[in-house]
Amino acid sequence: MENLSLMLAPLLSSKLMIVLIFGTLFGLILGVLPGLGPTTGGALILPFTMTLDPLSAIVLLTAIYCAGTYGGAITAVLINTPGTPAAAATCLDGYPLAQKGEAGRALGMATVSSTIGGIFSVVVLVFFAPLLAQLAYEFGQPEYFALAIFGLTMLASIGEGSPIKNLIAGAFGILISTIGKDFMTSIDRFTFGINELSEGIGFIPVVVGLFAISEMLTQSTLLDQIFNRVALKAVKLPSISDYKKTWITILRSSGIGSFIGVLPAEGGTVASLIGYSEAKRWSKNPEEFGKGSVEGIAGAEAANNAATGGAMVPTLALGIPGSATTAVILTGLIIHGVRPGPDLFREQPDFLYGIFGAMLIANVLFFIFGFFGAKIFARITLVPNKLLWPMIFAVSVCGTYSLSQSILDVWIMLFFGVIGFFMRRYGFSVVPVIIGLILGELVEGTLRQSLVIFEGDWLRFLTRPIAVTFFILSLIALIFPLLRKKKSNE
Amino acid sequence: MSDVQKSKGADKKSLPLFFNISFKVIFIIVFTSSVLLYFTFTFEEVPPILNRGIQPATFPKALLILIISLSLIVYYLSIKVPWNIEKKLPNSFYITLASFIIFSVLSVTLDFFLGISVLSVLVSFFWGERRIFYLFLVAIIFPIIVFIFFETILGLRFPGGIITNLYYN
Repeated sequence: MENLSLMLAPLLSSKLMIVLIFGTLFGLILGVLPGLGPTTGGALILPFTMTLDPLSAIVLLTAIYCAGTYGGAITAVLINTPGTPAAAATCLDGYPLAQKGEAGRALGMATVSSTIGGIFSVVVLVFFAPLLAQLAYEFGQPEYFALAIFGLTMLASIGEGSPIKNLIAGAFGILISTIGKDFMTSIDRFTFGINELSEGIGFIPVVVGLFAISEMLTQSTLLDQIFNRVALKAVKLPSISDYKKTWITILRSSGIGSFIGVLPAEGGTVASLIGYSEAKRWSKNPEEFGKGSVEGIAGAEAANNAATGGAMVPTLALGIPGSATTAVILTGLIIHGVRPGPDLFREQPDFLYGIFGAMLIANVLFFIFGFFGAKIFARITLVPNKLLWPMIFAVSVCGTYSLSQSILDVWIMLFFGVIGFFMRRYGFSVVPVIIGLILGELVEGTLRQSLVIFEGDWLRFLTRPIAVTFFILSLIALIFPLLRKKKSNE
Repeated sequence: MSDVQKSKGADKKSLPLFFNISFKVIFIIVFTSSVLLYFTFTFEEVPPILNRGIQPATFPKALLILIISLSLIVYYLSIKVPWNIEKKLPNSFYITLASFIIFSVLSVTLDFFLGISVLSVLVSFFWGERRIFYLFLVAIIFPIIVFIFFETILGLRFPGGIITNLYYN
């Protein structure tokens, strides 16, 4: 009961409600614009959150996360282009249904299933995050090291793209985290005599570079892209027969999305694809999939929004991001001096339940805005890239500069923008770099502290059952995609 | 969003080994990692009593060796299933990249906001915008709005320059 009142606290704070409404609207706009999305948008807004208190900042980021994930469905249905990667599966049935003149019905189904999926996942978050945090009390340095390794290998397992390339990208991210003074001995590493590098490379220039600037370069190669827009009169609530047809699918996909979200990887995208394929597998009318099936829309949308709450579970309970956007949220937590983990649950329950409540309210808000304002949001896609991206560049540059008022940060941002572009071009996902960068200090710190505890004897890792379990899971996570690939080749 | 697709025999016929795209990519990764690995040998060492388990250079060394090893595996796999680049990069990409360089030079030599304005007008123009009002919007009006926002609301002081100094003075 006490926790419930903490969860509803944002409703009673006018400041938090303003932040929530702004975050939801901003998230919807970001979700609607192909190439932006909640990850890039969250990265762009990170510097501005420094003017807010920690709770407002994280509430803003989570509202952007929830609404942005849903917003991708609007463009998926109307122009057959997913606003976010997580909405890719929504195109498969959303656009064909819109072409049949039922764009309102398609968006109505997407809105309802997204909201149910999102709320379901917040319930999962409220119950499971404290349990996981409780479990984390048993963790010492060796267990945290093994957990961080597990988080990184999971990227290889179910992340987008080649598993080995994802591992290379993750190792690259960890390598970036070693730049600067060694935090244990104060020895300079990779500073090349540049004093400003002694403090290390900040998260924000790397995040903004890898997401926003690399996307700008990607957009520069897509200037001849033409969108075929479907007209939208109004969003319609699904009919009773639609609900009868889809309620099991929505519940199943909500469960799948929440589970996939909890795993440390690219939650929403993987969740929506699995949610969609499971909806097709269990459907009485699988032949309708790809031709405008409401079950297909419900399966994909419930799953990708359910992944939002799921991905927040390891982020808050263990400090291991569950998705690309939660990596940005984790960055937000760190720069605001909040260290996720079991202590956060014990010492700052009002902060945590404020976030849970904000996510719940954000799901209701995007339902309202989506239902009544989808037509307006759809018009945002009319803003041409030739005007939009120079503006995003100006905001990126100023935002990055604002953090430590250093022009070097701006150059680092541009450098990582170019690196990110080429990484994506040659099939290396940029998400593992961010996750590696965030986890780098944890990986190295816990490894070195473990070795101090073990007096340099590496084999003593094997005397810790939880650590051994995570190492075995890591091995499975590494071997599984290779076996799957071999099987598919055969 | 990758242009790379793996298809059997995609670039086997036309490209000799050294022009093969996977070779170029892996060569750059391995070469850069090797140079960085060399630098790790120049890191200072601490006495055993202070080294907290391992020397400061050990962890980056292990990471770089891991990156090199995994890259070689990726290259080996690319011999079996070659990468196929579908599209050449268009001129608009190189112009955008050149705009970044122009911005970087202008922002430190003349003015930070002049750099943003020049980049905005270049990108917008070469991406196809020809209407004077919209070019004016992205090159002048929007950077002014951004400047006022950061200057007044966030209290940020931008680096001095020929235009910014007019405001600060």
